[in-house]
Amino acid sequence: MTAVLEVSDIRKSFGGIKAVDGVSFDVHEGEILGLIGPNGCGKSTLFNCILGQLTPTDGEVKVDGKTVTGLRPSELNRLGVSRTFQLLQVFPKLSVRENLILAGQEHQGNMVSRLFGPSDAGLSAAADQMIGFFKLDHLATEAAGGLSYGQQKLLDAAMAFMGGPRLVLLDEPAGGVNLTMLGDLKERLAAINREKRATFVVIEHNMEFVMSLCTRVMVMAEGRLLAMGTPSEVRANPAVIEAYLGH
Amino acid sequence: MTAAGKYWRIALGVAVIAALIIVPMNFNRYGLYILSQWTVMTIAAMGLNLTLGYAGQVSLAQGAFVGIGAYAAAIMTTQGMPLIVALGVAIVLCFAIGWILGYPALRVQHHYLAFVTLAFSTLAFLVFRNEDWLTKGIYGISNIPRPNVLGFATNRPLPFYYFCLGSLGIVSLAMWWLIRSPWGRAFVALRENPVRALSLGIDTRRYTLMAFAIGSALGGVAGTLYAPLTQYIDPVPFNLSLSLDLLMMVIVGGSGFFFGPFLGAMIAVLLPEWLRFTQGYYLMLYAVAVMLLLIYSPTGILGILDRYLTERRTKAASALRAVAKSRLETAP
Repeated sequence: MTAVLEVSDIRKSFGGIKAVDGVSFDVHEGEILGLIGPNGCGKSTLFNCILGQLTPTDGEVKVDGKTVTGLRPSELNRLGVSRTFQLLQVFPKLSVRENLILAGQEHQGNMVSRLFGPSDAGLSAAADQMIGFFKLDHLATEAAGGLSYGQQKLLDAAMAFMGGPRLVLLDEPAGGVNLTMLGDLKERLAAINREKRATFVVIEHNMEFVMSLCTRVMVMAEGRLLAMGTPSEVRANPAVIEAYLGH
Repeated sequence: MTAAGKYWRIALGVAVIAALIIVPMNFNRYGLYILSQWTVMTIAAMGLNLTLGYAGQVSLAQGAFVGIGAYAAAIMTTQGMPLIVALGVAIVLCFAIGWILGYPALRVQHHYLAFVTLAFSTLAFLVFRNEDWLTKGIYGISNIPRPNVLGFATNRPLPFYYFCLGSLGIVSLAMWWLIRSPWGRAFVALRENPVRALSLGIDTRRYTLMAFAIGSALGGVAGTLYAPLTQYIDPVPFNLSLSLDLLMMVIVGGSGFFFGPFLGAMIAVLLPEWLRFTQGYYLMLYAVAVMLLLIYSPTGILGILDRYLTERRTKAASALRAVAKSRLETAP
């Protein structure tokens, strides 16, 4: 199995606090890796270090064997690494369709071709397909800010997939989403993983969601890697039960 | 938008353009001067509306760019060069300086950025005033010629007004096209959520600098029209208060709305004339009117219209849903 993402010995301190304290792992092509752990254990900081939103104090990140540590998020994104956010991050005044076009437009051509190309950057059809895939059809022309929380979460996820990414890091995709929509979301993610061979890393607190969606799960505690394995292995691990899952 | 709504809009647009061409034919010299000034200020405000309204970057330096454009035009055309050459120089110069002025915006935002641009505005004013060898300092540059456009002399007020109006038309079309292009969408993304924009592959640095550069270049375009309009320039009109005026035009008209600068410039340039009958009270009335407007609608005049239209559309949509629902319920 080839590794899409290789993280070696990432460290990040804020003043005296070691938020991430030497984490290494590989993510294989086509897998869905779950990342769990108690609040404040460094999951989101790790994500931000991998994605270039934060510069790690130490360590190295490779995507497809190429070192990407220190690249800006926009550069990393154009290499095929995409993300969703824990808190809502859509463009409220743009319509759903515009949000999706925006999410894809920088992945093709250059500044000049975008300026002189068509207004929709030739992405209307792709955006509408994504809208259909996430069942947002009736909302295509609505301003994203007017959507419900769950719908905005779906849109946020849809945006991450517009550029046809190889690797997607999802930060709590299920947070605040109701049960029906959660089922939808899980099914959509699994479908994209299957059909597009996209690789996922998912931070999530909803255990049912993680254990049923992910092929492997890694557990963090206090900035370090505590355990890594299949969902059943992790669930049976005494250290994990102690630190996070509870008895 | 319905098809009928679209036709109404086109009809309204044609009527306004026709009025702008036909009505001023009977205007006196002063009326035409004021109207020409409106077109010039609209162009400058459109530039600022791109930087501030669409891309969300505060600038208190737009007046300085109008000044740079005006001095470029004044210096070059009094040396016998054609205005079109001065226009080219002003655009390139303001674009380059605007690009450089954008760098602070990569580090600071909001009122901090306002202060950086304010400092630049003061710097530009000092150059206009103190560098006598170039700008003739406080004596100013007089006898600025008006251009010949396609063989027509624009010395008289009416032809010069048409020249300004035509320029406004060209700038408006270019701007309309720009904000509807993927760049326009990226500018809005910059304003609404720079962190998310970055994670979607949008090079926020380059777009920030572009927003500053293009907005500033439009300030330069306005300046190259301003110089032959007044035919005399000195440093005073390009001090900080012009930048503040332009900022007010953008905000009062409706920041981030395409037609905001047109309305804002109309209020800033024409309202003082209409309020002339109040004599000494005009500035007070004007100030009170602006304050009341911004309390009632922080998003400016077009913000009021936008709210009204959104409300109507929502009502129409919920009415449609109600009809659809009742049909479903009454269906056999």
